[in-house]
Amino acid sequence: MTERGLTRRRLLMAGSALALGGVPFAARGQLRVDITRGQVEPLPIAVSPFAGDGAGAAELGRRTAEVIAADLDGSGLFRTIDPRAYIQGPEELRDLPRFADWRQINAQALVTGVVRTGGAEGLTVEFRLWDVFAGTQMTGFRYTLARRLWRRVAHKIADAVYERMTGEKGYFDTRIVYVSQTGPATDRVKRIAIMDQDGANHRFLTRGRELVLTPRFTPDARRVAYLAYRGRTPGIFLRDLASGRDRRIGSFAGMNFSPRFSPDGRVMLMTIAREGNSDIFAFDLSSRRLVRLTDHPAIDTSPSFSPDGREIVFNSDRGGSPQLYVMARDGGNPRRISFGAGRYGSPVWSPRGDFIAFTKIKGGYFHIGVMRPDGSDERLITRSFFDEAPVWSPNGRIIMFTRQDPATDRTRLMRIDLTGYDLKEIPTPTDASDGDWSNLIP
Amino acid sequence: MLRRILPFVLLAFVLAACSATPDRASSGAAGGTAAEAADGIGAEGLADGDIAQSELEGAPMPGSQEDLEINVGDRVFFAFDSAALDEAAQETLDRQAAWLMQFPDLTVTVEGHADERGTAEYNLALGERRAAAVKNYLVAKGIDPDRILTISYGEERPVDPAHNEAAWALNRRAVTVVNVVN
Repeated sequence: MTERGLTRRRLLMAGSALALGGVPFAARGQLRVDITRGQVEPLPIAVSPFAGDGAGAAELGRRTAEVIAADLDGSGLFRTIDPRAYIQGPEELRDLPRFADWRQINAQALVTGVVRTGGAEGLTVEFRLWDVFAGTQMTGFRYTLARRLWRRVAHKIADAVYERMTGEKGYFDTRIVYVSQTGPATDRVKRIAIMDQDGANHRFLTRGRELVLTPRFTPDARRVAYLAYRGRTPGIFLRDLASGRDRRIGSFAGMNFSPRFSPDGRVMLMTIAREGNSDIFAFDLSSRRLVRLTDHPAIDTSPSFSPDGREIVFNSDRGGSPQLYVMARDGGNPRRISFGAGRYGSPVWSPRGDFIAFTKIKGGYFHIGVMRPDGSDERLITRSFFDEAPVWSPNGRIIMFTRQDPATDRTRLMRIDLTGYDLKEIPTPTDASDGDWSNLIP
Repeated sequence: MLRRILPFVLLAFVLAACSATPDRASSGAAGGTAAEAADGIGAEGLADGDIAQSELEGAPMPGSQEDLEINVGDRVFFAFDSAALDEAAQETLDRQAAWLMQFPDLTVTVEGHADERGTAEYNLALGERRAAAVKNYLVAKGIDPDRILTISYGEERPVDPAHNEAAWALNRRAVTVVNVVN
């Protein structure tokens, strides 16, 4: 599904230009970033301001390069070289780059491009990624789009570079939704907020008149489900991002919470708590059929689908304390997968299927941890007074979570690489919690 | 808690205002009598011949939320990760049941809460469990279940935002609230 107004076409290797430019350097090993190891030495890359044709194009070309550079730097896998060191300018880079100039500043890879304004669609953006030492083009695309989508193209280019260099899909053309918090601790004002993953285009989706919790994207990133204490009873609402309209999901007796979507977007899982018992249900969004998945007097909540849609991991205290269990998508064969000392909660299955992230509470501390879906290889990757609510980036490489500082009560979104490196804050205009990360926007 | 002691504070204020001797400017603070020091509240600002008057808060109206809070007890507390009602909780709920019998037109909502040491969704479920435990107890005492709604706020509405055992104990609670009739 392509967003209206944005198409792309692969740019062929600059074949003729290469022939004119002479013989490429002797082939070396393919330029690659290996992200499966722990600490990665960031790869030095140059991102040249894009050349421009037409009104405002040069400015857009400059800003596009900035967005790309910020994305690549933020991943921790690349180190973009300061543009002030660049010898060749955007105009010269319309042709084959003079690779010696880029080797001189130790760039191993180079991104160049052209922005053209005007025309029926509004904007055309081309880019090429170059292997500097081999003197070859690694990839290139042309995009035509409505002008207002220029940031999305910059993110798509960063994703293309990331994917070409690492072999993994990127995560840059995505959005983050979260709960914005303001006010004193006993009278918190909470609003659902949404932004691009780099913080741009931030806006609020609710006005703070009601308690709101746990927002979650649909797989197509077009809608957000969330819990709101609105009307007589709290309920799950589905917000259409384009129209701004809310739809209440069912009116089930009891407390309904923890909305989660199946990978195909057809089913919404939820917890229904009634008369002291909470269980997990699947709600088919088109047929509106509600199917019970767990049937146990214990607390069963926080479900999460596997990426192939066949299994669900969830939180249950049926064994006497909160632990993690996996069951088939119809509720069959629930089996425990967590066995360490401590209490487990909020499990989320990685989009790559290889890990389940979770919150663990032990010895007065909260941890974010990961384990294999069979429960093996448990590894705690953070520890603090209050870390909770992990979610995965769509490429399954980064975990976003909520952290609160007990000294200041400041609550923020944080991110950390799956390998435990590169822990840092995700900047938000207010205190923030309960983040969710969208898929790559189709 | 504040609501419980406020009437008495006001009463003390009024009594103190009526009985304090006026503070002469010339004598200064050091010259204040022991009686003045003891009656510190309201001792300043009254000239000879003035009588201060302030309205006494009346006793709470029977069947009101205040009545429930002050005379009956609107809340019960729980051990960590538990929805079990201990003796103190049961005594409070016995009084709530008797009170609800007295006012058969009233309906209430029981709000269940949890402390912050759990994940948010687990705590929503735990809060619901606590509210349900209170409701079930009241129903067992003869209250019509249709008179009792339940809701969970999980860890979202702490009465004490501090991060220590004393605060957490106050937050692990179920609170009975009289429903306002429009």
